[in-house]
Amino acid sequence: MNPFVRCLLVTAAIQAATAAIPTGAFANDDILKNQKDPSNWALQLGNYAGQRYSTLDQITRDNVKNLRPVWQFSTGVLRGHEGGPIVVGDTMYISTPFPNNVYALDLNDNGRIKWKYEPRQDSSVIPVMCCDTVTRGVAVAGNKLFLGQADNTLVALDTETGKVLWSAKNGDASKGETLTAAPLVVKDKVYVGISGGEFGVRGHLTAYDINSGKMVWRAYSTGPDKDVMIDPQKTMMLGKPIGEPDLGIKTWPADQWKIGGGTTWGWYTYDPELNLIYYGTGNPGTWNPAQRAVDKDRAKSDNKWSMTIFARDADTGQAKWVFQKTPFDEWDYDGVNENILADVTIGGGKRKALINFDRNGFAYTIDRTNGELLVAQKYDPSVNWASEIDMKTGRPKVNDKYSTFAQGEDHNTTGVCPAALGSKDQQPASYSPDSGLIYVPTNHICMDYEPFKVEYSAGQPYVGATLSMYPAPDSHGGMGNFIAWDPSAGKIVWSKPERFAVWSGALSTKGGVGFYGTLEGYLKAFDLKDGKDLYNFKTSSGIIGNVNTYMHKGKQYIAVLSGVGGWAGIGLAAGLTGEQEGLGAVGAHKALGEYTQLGGTLTVFALPDTQ
Amino acid sequence: MPKYLIGLCAAVGFTATVTLGTAFGQQDAAQKPEQSPTPPNQTQTAQTPATQSPTAQAPTTQAPSGGNAAQEAKVADPEELVDDQGVPLYAVRDGKVDQGTYNGYRRYASSCHVCHGPDGLGSSFAPALADSLKRMDYWQFTDVVTNGRKNMGATGDKVMPTFGSDPNVMLNLADIYRYLKARSDDKIGRGRPERFKAPS
Repeated sequence: MNPFVRCLLVTAAIQAATAAIPTGAFANDDILKNQKDPSNWALQLGNYAGQRYSTLDQITRDNVKNLRPVWQFSTGVLRGHEGGPIVVGDTMYISTPFPNNVYALDLNDNGRIKWKYEPRQDSSVIPVMCCDTVTRGVAVAGNKLFLGQADNTLVALDTETGKVLWSAKNGDASKGETLTAAPLVVKDKVYVGISGGEFGVRGHLTAYDINSGKMVWRAYSTGPDKDVMIDPQKTMMLGKPIGEPDLGIKTWPADQWKIGGGTTWGWYTYDPELNLIYYGTGNPGTWNPAQRAVDKDRAKSDNKWSMTIFARDADTGQAKWVFQKTPFDEWDYDGVNENILADVTIGGGKRKALINFDRNGFAYTIDRTNGELLVAQKYDPSVNWASEIDMKTGRPKVNDKYSTFAQGEDHNTTGVCPAALGSKDQQPASYSPDSGLIYVPTNHICMDYEPFKVEYSAGQPYVGATLSMYPAPDSHGGMGNFIAWDPSAGKIVWSKPERFAVWSGALSTKGGVGFYGTLEGYLKAFDLKDGKDLYNFKTSSGIIGNVNTYMHKGKQYIAVLSGVGGWAGIGLAAGLTGEQEGLGAVGAHKALGEYTQLGGTLTVFALPDTQ
Repeated sequence: MPKYLIGLCAAVGFTATVTLGTAFGQQDAAQKPEQSPTPPNQTQTAQTPATQSPTAQAPTTQAPSGGNAAQEAKVADPEELVDDQGVPLYAVRDGKVDQGTYNGYRRYASSCHVCHGPDGLGSSFAPALADSLKRMDYWQFTDVVTNGRKNMGATGDKVMPTFGSDPNVMLNLADIYRYLKARSDDKIGRGRPERFKAPS
């Protein structure tokens, strides 16, 4: 450890020791304690493992039909509301899209506002947020709340007063960098990523000291091993050390890695026993693969370490293992989706696994201790860009017919499934330890994609492709499915069709009932056994937020943010291209705007008191 | 709006008109009545073309003998159309479009789609440009794209960025306008338009 970092840590330890709140010296103790008590919804993904599961069981598959909204709260912001409420003790914390207001709501007083934080941000950051001005929520640890603001400011607020304790600058909006991810806190560090994959941003994950706000380490997604915090002799890939150094440079033409993307705007999970944090890196820039090819040869052009799951030591940031899902992306299969940690049975034995539903349409079950690939199967039958994943190399067998590189620049490659939205985007899935299944919100959309040459200009879109999207042909005509997935067998257990892509994070509970939201605005309750609809309520706007549950004064509640937007609001607001009309249900082509309009609202549900 | 940009657009446009004028005379004329809402009292400025040499734009590369390869060919020299005010025009023949309009579709998809949605139809937070161009003329369009706009919308959270420094947009501005105007006039539908072959 270098002396500077050590000095920071010592400072941090002193500050933590002198903090007024009589909790453990390290915030992860607070979070571990909070997540153990099912009354709380302690982290955006429910727990460190990212399971979005609750042991609360007052609401059951039998009584959920009596559920009803009990109170609502308007956020006063119109654009897309991703993420969801955090509940710790008697307080609920929610955050809004730009300008990223944060509200602390008093659950003892029907949501009275205890405090409001309203940052002043330069609105010039708005147009460099590629897919709406979203945020995926706040993190709470001890007496601190952490928020990543759109303008790249990471702030720590006092949970009692909303006062700013410190702030740190994590990026530069004039280069197209923004901040949308929910931070994760482990021990004395808070981790935050960066957005801007469509602006030639070079991705990184950065750890800040929770007490001082000083940067502790930054691990880039591309470039030399030193920057990526890889040791090629130690960092594992498919069960062996990587071996070759600096693949983060060699697999790119010239200096392309410097604007190579690999942004880190998704979710971060943590295994306290292994002391590893897990996250994925996004698409390489541009969307035109020819500009990222070394010697016009796909085999030389992995564009590492874009599209990669990283397992890093939570303290040092060193990469323990890596797994690249889509080497040399040609479709914008942005690899940032959540990595759910669960122990699953594979071949008769229990494995410490990590499950990832990648945008590319394959669900990966990986040994989370060393990165060994255990299962990789399509979780949507329409996926066609690759026939399968080679279990030895972890590489997809790309179908040249749907390869936008093989088909070439200025050629319109048609019928690629899934579309760039992926078979699933960032909306997190839910794992139930009761059933051993994962409940997954998915997209069922295909695309035509024509790459062409573009110039890089700092802070300007760096895309270089046309995209037209439509519901998967020869299917039910809708644009989404909600599925139950067996991560051991790699099989869909049941699948229910949805009119629109399902863009809301799922929840499963011990009560045998699960929840998700739809783009039309419905909060839906379903039976974990078979997916049957048990209850629905149409909220004020489309739901792209994640459904959470908590208990207050002995009563279980369900809470969700409505407020349509995000990429769903771009791709679907006007309805998809009608090229495939005649193949599916007519309703599939109806515009989302016919069903819902903008507006951020929190809705809280409960059973009637006289149960 | 920086004057030199208008000048540049107009100059490029004029050059193309000189070289392609005869070939596209018919479409040009056919489009004019609905394409030129410019007030008659507007004087023609910055369009003295005497110094502009047409040679740089000679459209001789794409012969029709290119056969079916033409549709997927590398972008050819732009077949640019403008009216006498320097406003870009598009051409639609049997549902197919000129090269410039086609290029505009691609550039729109790359630089504008992420906010303004597919096919100029808008998103949950940015206006449908196919509608906007019913109200906005080419010069206003150029101004907004170049310089941006701030604090629009009910809660002031809508912002149009400045594309003045983005070559992907500024060097293709006239074509992006052609594409959106054709969408706005309902002359082309959704999705990827097909090009007609370069005339002999």
